[in-house]
Amino acid sequence: MTQTIQFTLNGKPVRIDVDGERTLLWVLRTDLGLTGAKYGCGEGLCGACTVLVDGEAIRSCQMSAGDVQGKTITTIEGLEKNGQLHPIQEAFVRHDALQCGFCTPGMILKAHSLLSSNPEPTRDDIIHAMDENLCRCGAHVRIIQAVQAASEGMKGGRS
Amino acid sequence: MMRKQDHTGMESNLPASPASLSRREFLKRMGLLSGGLIVYCSVGDSPLFARAPREGFIGSNVPTDFNAFVHIGADNRVTCFVGKIEMGQGPITSFAQMAAEELDVAYESVDMVMGDTDHCPWDAGTWGSLSTRHYGLFVKEAACEAKGVLKELAAEKLSCPVQNLVTKNGMIFDKDRPGSQVSYGDLTAGKIIERHLTDLPPLKSFSEYGISGKPYLRRDSFDKVTGRAKYTADFRVPGMVYAKIVRPPAHGATLLHADTSAAWKIKDVQVIQEGDLIAVLHPDPEIAEKALAAIKTEYDNPKTGIDDQTIFNHLLKNAPHPEIASAAGNLKEGEKQSVSIVEETYFNGYVAHSPMEPHAALALVEGDHATLWASTQTPFGVRQLVSQALGFSLEKVRIITPFVGGGFGGKAASAQAVEAARLSRISGKPVMLVWTRKEEFFLDTFRPAAVVKIRSGIDTSGRMSFWDYQVYFAGKRGCEIFYEIPHHQESVYGEWQIGPGIHPFAVGPWRAPAANTNIYARDLHIHLMASRAGKDPLEFRLDHLKDKRMRKVLETVAAQFGWTASKTPGGRGYGISCGIDAETYVASMAEVEVDRTSGQIQVKRIVCAQDMGQVINPQGAVIQMEGCITMGLGYALTEEVRFSDGRVLDVNFDTYSIPGFSSLPQIETIIVPNSALPPKGGGEPAIVCMGGVLATAVYDATGAKICRLPMTPERVKLALKTAG
Repeated sequence: MTQTIQFTLNGKPVRIDVDGERTLLWVLRTDLGLTGAKYGCGEGLCGACTVLVDGEAIRSCQMSAGDVQGKTITTIEGLEKNGQLHPIQEAFVRHDALQCGFCTPGMILKAHSLLSSNPEPTRDDIIHAMDENLCRCGAHVRIIQAVQAASEGMKGGRS
Repeated sequence: MMRKQDHTGMESNLPASPASLSRREFLKRMGLLSGGLIVYCSVGDSPLFARAPREGFIGSNVPTDFNAFVHIGADNRVTCFVGKIEMGQGPITSFAQMAAEELDVAYESVDMVMGDTDHCPWDAGTWGSLSTRHYGLFVKEAACEAKGVLKELAAEKLSCPVQNLVTKNGMIFDKDRPGSQVSYGDLTAGKIIERHLTDLPPLKSFSEYGISGKPYLRRDSFDKVTGRAKYTADFRVPGMVYAKIVRPPAHGATLLHADTSAAWKIKDVQVIQEGDLIAVLHPDPEIAEKALAAIKTEYDNPKTGIDDQTIFNHLLKNAPHPEIASAAGNLKEGEKQSVSIVEETYFNGYVAHSPMEPHAALALVEGDHATLWASTQTPFGVRQLVSQALGFSLEKVRIITPFVGGGFGGKAASAQAVEAARLSRISGKPVMLVWTRKEEFFLDTFRPAAVVKIRSGIDTSGRMSFWDYQVYFAGKRGCEIFYEIPHHQESVYGEWQIGPGIHPFAVGPWRAPAANTNIYARDLHIHLMASRAGKDPLEFRLDHLKDKRMRKVLETVAAQFGWTASKTPGGRGYGISCGIDAETYVASMAEVEVDRTSGQIQVKRIVCAQDMGQVINPQGAVIQMEGCITMGLGYALTEEVRFSDGRVLDVNFDTYSIPGFSSLPQIETIIVPNSALPPKGGGEPAIVCMGGVLATAVYDATGAKICRLPMTPERVKLALKTAG
């Protein structure tokens, strides 16, 4: 059923009239033109569709549009501030923590969610938190390094 | 930054691909697009000097005109065109290095355009670790010739002999007259240079390199960390609809009946039915999905009795006549000299490519022209297939390859592009087709299941006396023995390309096709022989090795690993594997721990060394090694496609388990310097050792021979029981 859904998307208020049953991933990708969140498996198993809802990484292929009423959503497109990469994005670039890049938005947002709740994770914390975000190219070694480096770099309080 | 394809319009200021057009047409199009043709001297179509040969399937259609590869803009920026595609393996960076190096321009001034059939020089496909070692030479020669022509032009402009000129950073200087200089861009004014050299100056030697041979970070990272990087499914054109296609429940099933009436009733849904193709179209992908679910179908599913357990007998029963890949001496003679025989059969199941990006295509068929964005490793092959499917000539079909989200051989086949093209032609609408993960598993061209039988002997001095090697359906690559064995024969029963009738579904190239199976079987077998001979398995290998490159990578990896001599099984959990792939020599050592109760293998450490000749981007090469090692954990330990009667049972990542963060061992990579050789392959070699290095490590830890990959906990427990 069509309903009006209001939420904050990448820092800006959004108001859309959509069927609340629709999947958040497809509303983002089609209606809102944000294609950074990817379709990878459709069942919440790979993490390519990860976005932040109220700061927490969720699988947008498993969330309905109606469920984000009043919430704050950040997609990969919303992480840069004033043309400046977020420290996690910077760390991924500096460490070459990606190959094909298809899982990268999800990896970065998952790391963002981790560092919000645990600013100084151990290597094991990172592995545990990121384990269900899949990467087929085998960039894992460098993703861990990038998340560790971002954690170091964010000690000053920038997020 | 790179400029990827122009995605918005069909008009652009880029040269076209000469492979699809006559040379005249090509130059005309380039001239028109670039605002006029400069004709400095007229030349015919014949090559003017000896260039790298354009031979065989991978080379014969590659153009020789340097304008096809490099274009110099009036602003002094260089565009490098290649028919290869970027799927994560990094040629977007290494081609730019090679072009900048030979042209003497700044690396940052090079933009890459890749995989666009209207603008890029022809290529057979991005596979086989051939981008740098094969295609790279064409790019280097083109850049080198362009620089030579620019110097001739400069000599005329500056009125000095060519010999006086030096090039640097896109500028040409008269070394005798300070201040007498001209930029490349001023010479070309962005136009095509219709002038060629009669003699190609020598390419730079490795020692002269300032850009190649140095580590560069990926140049596409910024786009990929910000979500700007566009993959096929991210494109939008006005009027675009999403397609969902009716699929049979099993391979080999035939459609008896389809009722599409309920799908038609959904608002704005268009149902397409043409021959074997039944699909629904809708602007909203989720409504298209619902419409697909509303179609009722009935199929005849023949029972074949073939599943992931019975497949090996089926393969052995249907083996074709063998091709002898390599042989020497006489096997019977070798057997006579043997005091001990080791005989074993090894099995390897089907594995999926499962790139994170499923196959996708956006097709726009208008009148007699088709434009497709496709996630593919073979844009020129796709052009051919689409032109055949639509009955269009080649120059009426354009394939644009955006960033590809992983391929590993699986996107060498791109059936989705033909499907999207057909649906667009029938509906008259732009059609976006993105395979679901289930379709990706169902329609994948799996790595074929395979069997290897090895019978070998040891003589009185503890040396290998004969080696009778038979590989069924994996293929030849990697099967040739490089150890000194007087009597040997490697027989290949069926290549991985084998056609329908053998495998229950499509099979195809999977990162280092054949080599993963061959090298796993060989190394485990060699380990068993070392064990039988009572020798340290490294020493045993070296005792049979004269090949200097192979000795060097083995010795390098052993030094880094800290290998000390011991008989195997020695309880240490140390494994060895080595091989030659894509002309690169590679050796790995592993340390594992085996939990005897659960059968779980914990990989603690992998050390890998490779000699890949000259290395254009050492950073990218190391990353490819890490990727190979990580991906290779999957086929060694967890990945196997289960199926029954043509039905694929693993259709998503819940049951098909690919390596994740928690599977990671400590990984150490070493590139053994060898700048005397031109660049060899880098995208595949390091994966070929993963089955062998882990199987030998498990054997060393426990004495359990695991003769079937993947080494699942159940198989480990079974092998432990057998080993006692």
